[in-house]
Amino acid sequence: MGAGRLGVPMERHGRAADTSASSAGESAPEGPDGQQRELLRRRASSASEPPVGSSASASAEGIRRSRPGSYSGAPSASRQRVESLRKKRQLFPWFGLDIGGTLVKLVYFEPKDITAEEEEEEVESLKSIRKYLTSNVAYGSTGIRDVHLELKDLTLCGRKGNLHFIRFPTHDMPAFIQMGRDKNFSSLHTVFCATGGGAYKFEQDFLTIGDLQLCKLDELDCLIKGILYIDSVGFNGRSQCYYFENPADAEKCQKLPFDLKNPYPLLLVNIGSGVSILAVYSKDNYKRVTGTSLGGGTFFGLCCLLTGCSTFEEALEMASRGDSTKVDKLVRDIYGGDYERFGLPGWAVASSFGNMISKEKREAVSKEDLARATLITITNNIGSIARMCALNEGYFGAVGALLELLKIP
Amino acid sequence: MLEADLTSGGSLTKLAYYSTVQHKVARVRSFENSGRDAEQEHEPPYEVSVQEEVTARLHFVKFENTYIEACLDFIKDHLVHTETKVIQATGGGAYKFKDLIEEKLRLKVDKEDVMTCLIKGCNFVLKNIPHEAFVYQKDSDPEFRFQTNHPNIFPYLLVNIGSGVSIVKVETEDRFEWVGGSSIGGGTFWGLGALLTKTKKFDELLHLASKGQHTNVDMLVQDVYGGAHQTLGLSGNLIASSFGKSATADKEFSKEDMAKSLLHMISNDIGQLACLHAKLHCLDRVYFGGFFIRGHPATMRTITYSINFFSKVPPRPRPAPGASLLPCARHPNQYSWGENYAGSSGLMSSSPELCPAQRARSGTFDLLEMDRLERPLVNLPLLLDPSSYVPDTVDLTDDALARKYWLTCFEEALDGVVKRAVASQPGCVDAAERAEKFRQKYWRKLQTLRHQPFAYGTLTVRSLLDTREHCLNEFNFPDPYSKVKQKENGVALKCFPRVIRGLDALGWEERQLALVKGLLAGNVFDWGAKAVSDVLESDPQFGFEEAKMKLQERPWLVDSYSKWLQRLKGPPHKCALIFADNSGIDVILGVFPFVRELLSRGTEVILACNSGPALNDVTYCESLIVAERIAAMDPVVHSALKEERLLLMQTGSSSPCLDLSRLDKGLAVLVRERGADLVVIEGMGRAVHTNYYAALRCESLKLAVLKNSWLAERLGGRLFSVIFKYEVPAE
Repeated sequence: MGAGRLGVPMERHGRAADTSASSAGESAPEGPDGQQRELLRRRASSASEPPVGSSASASAEGIRRSRPGSYSGAPSASRQRVESLRKKRQLFPWFGLDIGGTLVKLVYFEPKDITAEEEEEEVESLKSIRKYLTSNVAYGSTGIRDVHLELKDLTLCGRKGNLHFIRFPTHDMPAFIQMGRDKNFSSLHTVFCATGGGAYKFEQDFLTIGDLQLCKLDELDCLIKGILYIDSVGFNGRSQCYYFENPADAEKCQKLPFDLKNPYPLLLVNIGSGVSILAVYSKDNYKRVTGTSLGGGTFFGLCCLLTGCSTFEEALEMASRGDSTKVDKLVRDIYGGDYERFGLPGWAVASSFGNMISKEKREAVSKEDLARATLITITNNIGSIARMCALNEGYFGAVGALLELLKIP
Repeated sequence: MLEADLTSGGSLTKLAYYSTVQHKVARVRSFENSGRDAEQEHEPPYEVSVQEEVTARLHFVKFENTYIEACLDFIKDHLVHTETKVIQATGGGAYKFKDLIEEKLRLKVDKEDVMTCLIKGCNFVLKNIPHEAFVYQKDSDPEFRFQTNHPNIFPYLLVNIGSGVSIVKVETEDRFEWVGGSSIGGGTFWGLGALLTKTKKFDELLHLASKGQHTNVDMLVQDVYGGAHQTLGLSGNLIASSFGKSATADKEFSKEDMAKSLLHMISNDIGQLACLHAKLHCLDRVYFGGFFIRGHPATMRTITYSINFFSKVPPRPRPAPGASLLPCARHPNQYSWGENYAGSSGLMSSSPELCPAQRARSGTFDLLEMDRLERPLVNLPLLLDPSSYVPDTVDLTDDALARKYWLTCFEEALDGVVKRAVASQPGCVDAAERAEKFRQKYWRKLQTLRHQPFAYGTLTVRSLLDTREHCLNEFNFPDPYSKVKQKENGVALKCFPRVIRGLDALGWEERQLALVKGLLAGNVFDWGAKAVSDVLESDPQFGFEEAKMKLQERPWLVDSYSKWLQRLKGPPHKCALIFADNSGIDVILGVFPFVRELLSRGTEVILACNSGPALNDVTYCESLIVAERIAAMDPVVHSALKEERLLLMQTGSSSPCLDLSRLDKGLAVLVRERGADLVVIEGMGRAVHTNYYAALRCESLKLAVLKNSWLAERLGGRLFSVIFKYEVPAE
């Protein structure tokens, strides 16, 4: 999630070396490439890493060994076996975690091609996690599985299965960690790959409470990899990237798929609590252009204050029913019609919430209207900034081309 | 009143009206029998009278839209003796309030395009009000740095923050292009703020914001990353998500905190958009205007912060607060205007803590007045670099020590000024009362300046002096020194022949030094110094000699006299431009003999005097009479005047100081025509408080006697130390 990156332009790769975890952090969960294997080898030989075992006893030993500096013995037989397995692929469960400012997004790969042998070997805790996650759509009072997003029959890293998308508020993170402890996650010795600011914020809690070592990954790296991956697999056969044709015309407006086959350069606007805007030149060449603090968190936050709603869904639902023109001051409210000098149509918003300076109008609006106006304000603004960035990037491209020209002898 | 323009935007109505104001001016006139009265010992040399004069003044008034009716009543009250049939109005309100305006005022509403007006207004302000535009630097002392008027203001990006935001690229006087905008503007702050805090007034919202902590409402980087932001090289205080905490934390938020968060959100957003547009259009000058900015350091602060943050190579953010008050400026190039310090409310008039009295009317009522000057003001063509020329030697907003001293100095001198003002109008029954009002007004301004040095723009000795003059004028003391000057001129004229005879008796080299000493001695006379005035009245000739005795012996504090003497041995200058200082002994026994010597050498002389009165400085009108009287006594001056080798000109100013970037156009034209190659500036006000570091394209002579011990000490000298600065530009 894009929170926490407001206007901090920096080279991703320059920062990657800051922590050991992210120095190897180029590997997203889906990539069984050499790099990841290398990572795992290094981890396995590192004394501070919890060795992966498949039995409870081994796990208990692993916990002890995982204490920094406490491991001194030779690798056990089970450990060697695990390592040989790991060279092939990561052990289940496969999780990806993005801990943002407002929401935690958990992606879980549910293998559907489990052999009888595997099933037999599968430890109880793993089984119970799988059951728990896949048989529920809500977890606790705030966790939600977005069933409609589930990607079915996916082949990931040689395994077939479904990809589940689960989210819960970041402020419930302590409960999640506690659950991990209760369900004895650490015994699974899975690598918990996490990104987002929370990967840093909660790293210590994961370790001390849940006995889990997080593999922290750069959120923007993950974002781009994730987008490209999701696009490549499609959404159950349909493209996940789309655009609106005739957006200003309610009747003609339609959602059409957009082909991302040859997408570069592209501007990626990631709207989390805040907004990050990246210019992506190729799969692994991108930079953060800018960001804004007016993002999803602002929409939700303002809606909470203005309408007393308590969930994001509620806020969105209210917004869908409201009329923002009662709240906003439109061009026609000021000019009586279009402002032709600048080609501004009368329906354009001249001042967001501009009508709310009047007491009568404040009293005449509904919560839905306010939610709608908040949504329009935030989305228009993001659109406006993104457009400016795109234009500016356009010039950068031209400048780059010019520089290339000058290189020609 | 001739013309009134109205901008009724979404939230505030701004009214600009052009009026003719009657005020008293001092006039001097030669007696009909001027040829004879030289023999009459006790006759004054000329007549002084106070007349009513009508001058043009631009007034700028701001109202909240709710007060539109009061505003219209205000206009109506001021629409006396008018032949106006049409009122120009712009902004959205021009459409909305059209009927109301037409009914109330019985004037036809002529709608004008708001942007065209805005741009004209902005250009007008940038050109006419020195220091109207300023750079705001957070946490620096001072927080405001005012910009001097740039000769070339184009191209620039104008970000006008009204209810919404308009971003306009201005390329020339009348070529501009709307490049973008945003609906998140002042109206959003106000409207959303009213919803969140139940606070109805814009100024109150800003006040709330000034007391809030946005970190209680906003989600910061450190809230997302925990303590790790440090190791990641992120600044933890950055806002990750505006109002982000109000979504996740289940608690009540204080009004102050929410207002602050809102202010940050909107200012940051505007700053970011401005940066993106500036970058796209390759503009490095961005001016901010509109009611969201005007007079609100809080918004300026946050926008500047935002600009600095979002521009990796920071452009120069230049909030132009005046723009908001300028709905329309017609004929922008035909006249020059000067801000009337007496009638303008200060930059922070809306700051409730500092001035509760002003607070009551702020928000509903803000004033800026500009007087039309008779003729356009331009740069002295001889300035080496007009764009970097700063008239003032010390920026008192910058220099706390100097500021303290001068404010005290002006406070202490106030009683004397009041006395002088009363004495100047002996027959007037209400003089004492008006003088007292003057005292109170100027005292208040000084007190405001103590707390907010930047309240009226850059604070300099010049602005303090000018403000005093404006305040005196406001209470109908157009020229408190008129009688004194009259008397002193009469006395000095009588001494003129004797002084000339004495000079002519000297050898060439002795004479050159005597002439320079004469220039300096004339400058010693300060009517504040009682001893000097006593001596003067009893024996003027002795007084002049006495003054010479007081002068520091050579070498002077700054002494390039030898270099000057060497230069005089060379070929004559083609044309000298001399800025005269005081009336009486200074101009008659100091400047004129010096002028006469230059004329004898074959140098043409332009003698530039103030257009209007300031202290005991010689005015242009007085100089005409004085020259005429001297011509009657001296054939050199007589023939030079006749042959136009000696030209008397007005500076366009009524200040005891001198701003070489705002000189009368006629003077500038003449300077160019005659090919002036020497500029002589005399007196503390013109050569020390201002222009001490002014670099010219030709030779220059800056002379002054330091009559202020504090300043003398600061410059490393003592009371009556002499500045003789002769400069030749580097090749």
